[in-house]
Parts: sequence; structure tokens; C-alpha cells
Amino acid sequence: MLVITALAVVRTRSLFAVVTLSGVFSLLSALLFITLDAVDVAFTEAAVGAGISTVLMLGTLALTSRSERSEKKTPIVPLLVVLVTGAAMVYGTLDMPNFGSPDAPAQTHVGPEYFERIPKEIDVPNAVTAILASYRGYDTLGETAVVFTAGIGVLMLMSGLGRRRKEDEDDPDQEGGSA
Amino acid sequence: MRHHLILRVITKLLVGTIFLFALYVQFHGDYSPGGGFQAGVIMAAGFIIYGIVFTLEKVKAVFPPWLVHKVVALGVLIYAGTGIYSLFYGYGYLDYAVIDPHHPVHGQHLGILIVELGVGVTVTGVMVAVYYAFAARAPSLGDEDW
Repeated sequence: MLVITALAVVRTRSLFAVVTLSGVFSLLSALLFITLDAVDVAFTEAAVGAGISTVLMLGTLALTSRSERSEKKTPIVPLLVVLVTGAAMVYGTLDMPNFGSPDAPAQTHVGPEYFERIPKEIDVPNAVTAILASYRGYDTLGETAVVFTAGIGVLMLMSGLGRRRKEDEDDPDQEGGSA
Repeated sequence: MRHHLILRVITKLLVGTIFLFALYVQFHGDYSPGGGFQAGVIMAAGFIIYGIVFTLEKVKAVFPPWLVHKVVALGVLIYAGTGIYSLFYGYGYLDYAVIDPHHPVHGQHLGILIVELGVGVTVTGVMVAVYYAFAARAPSLGDEDW
């Protein structure tokens, strides 16, 4: 189903449908994550991928045009690049352990150590939260900073806070500059 | 969307539930899937849905942009401040044991809760701010445009 949705995204010209389909794609991959027992990731994917980013894409769509221009060039080179990359990825998955295999790196590497230490040191039932917020606290702080920086960047580009200041100075040539 | 009666009624019913769910995901993140990031996004989705169905002005009256901007920074400050707080008491940066030195495990619980709150606050702020930024530039669309 993921593949079908992806193909539909590629083939459809109406960008409104494409945005909606990419939301569907996110929701389907969330289901895939649930099958892999990564509930937290699935949750994030469903909330961010299917929810917020669809809304933001629709917001962008409202600013730009509603349909894709038809491509004149034959897409041979891009197709080749995509095929080679895809083949490399499939080749990479050949080394992956089988689904649910007990000697996968996820089960044998640092995972067991965390599961041993968390009840003693953190005592939080959700191991993902414990690792995210405590053992990997710096990383999460960094992620928060990234979100913060991204937000500030969008605000500076889009919100028109700077524009208002410029309008006070009667600068004529900044209309539609930063879209 | 003035005449979409069903949408408006359902949204009114749902927004409260969405906020409640966001708070649940936020503070129950220790026990079930979820945490600051997810809760922040869900919280922002509540505001955004309100903004889409009612107007941008209405949601800006509830959650004014200046407050959004403050909230964006507040979350990072909560997170980083927790680390600095632990530095002052001679612990390592972001060592939550400082919060309850006699029961480090309790300290960890509280620390995770506070830090996740910081994450959630920032994510909510950023998402709402980005939505405001996009929506404020778009010309308001008529229903037949879709």
C-alpha cells in the first residue's frame, strides 16, 4: 500500500491530491512502525507527518499555485539515479536481520543494558522516554534547540515582523520579497 | 467557513478533547508512548484546527502571536534551565538527581517530567508560530477554491 500511495503521489498532477496522499503515506508508515513495535516513532509519524506537515503543505499550497506544471524533459537521468540509489538500499537490506530475529543488533547491543539499568536508575515504565530524556538528555536538548531555531527562522522569513518595521521607513521594494 | 455548521460544531467538541489528549500524552509519557514532541504537536494541532475552521483572528485572540513567540523561547529555557539548576548544586549538567538528592530515582521522574514539558512547550509554540506565519500571508480562500 505504501508503494501504491507513493506511485499515486508521483503520477498525480493536482497538488492538493498529492498533499493529501502524502498524509496517507505518513499514516501508512506509522502503521508500519507499529508493526515494528516502535510505538513512539509511530505516534510521532502520525502526529507530525500525517497531521501538522499536511496542514503546513496546504498552507504553502494556498500561497502558491494549485497544480504542477507538466514536465517536458524525459526523466531518464533522474530515473537512473533513483534506480541506482534504490538498488543500493535494497542491497543494504540484505544484511539486515530477519523480522523479529532475537540476535538482531537492537536486541543484543546496548538495548539489554538499558533495560537492566532503567528500573534501577530511572524507574520509568516507558524505556523510550527514559532514554530520550535522561540518558540522552543532551541530544534531546539539542533537538529542542533545533526546533527552536527552525521556528525562529520561519518567523524571520515569513511572519512579516521585519516587514512591518521596513514599512515604517516607507521602503517601496519589499513587497512579496521573502515568500 | 461561516456556513459549515457540522464542521464548526464538531470542531468545538473536538478541540477540548484534543487539548486534553495532548496533556495526557505530555504527562503520561513516562508510562505510555508519547512525550514532549508528540504532545506539542497535538496541542498545536488543536490550535490549528480552531484556526482553520473559525478564523485566524479568533485563534489569535486565544493565543496571541506575541505569547507564541515567548512560549517558543520559554520551552528551551525550561530545558536548559534544568541543566543549569543542577550545575548550581554541584551535579553534572542535566543530572536530574539534584531535584531530590535523597531519592535520585524520584529526581529522575521529576526531571524527565520538567524537561519533557520544556520540549512540549517549545514544539507547541513553534508549530503554532509556523502556522500563523503561513496563514497570515495566504489570501483567505473562498469555499469553492477547494
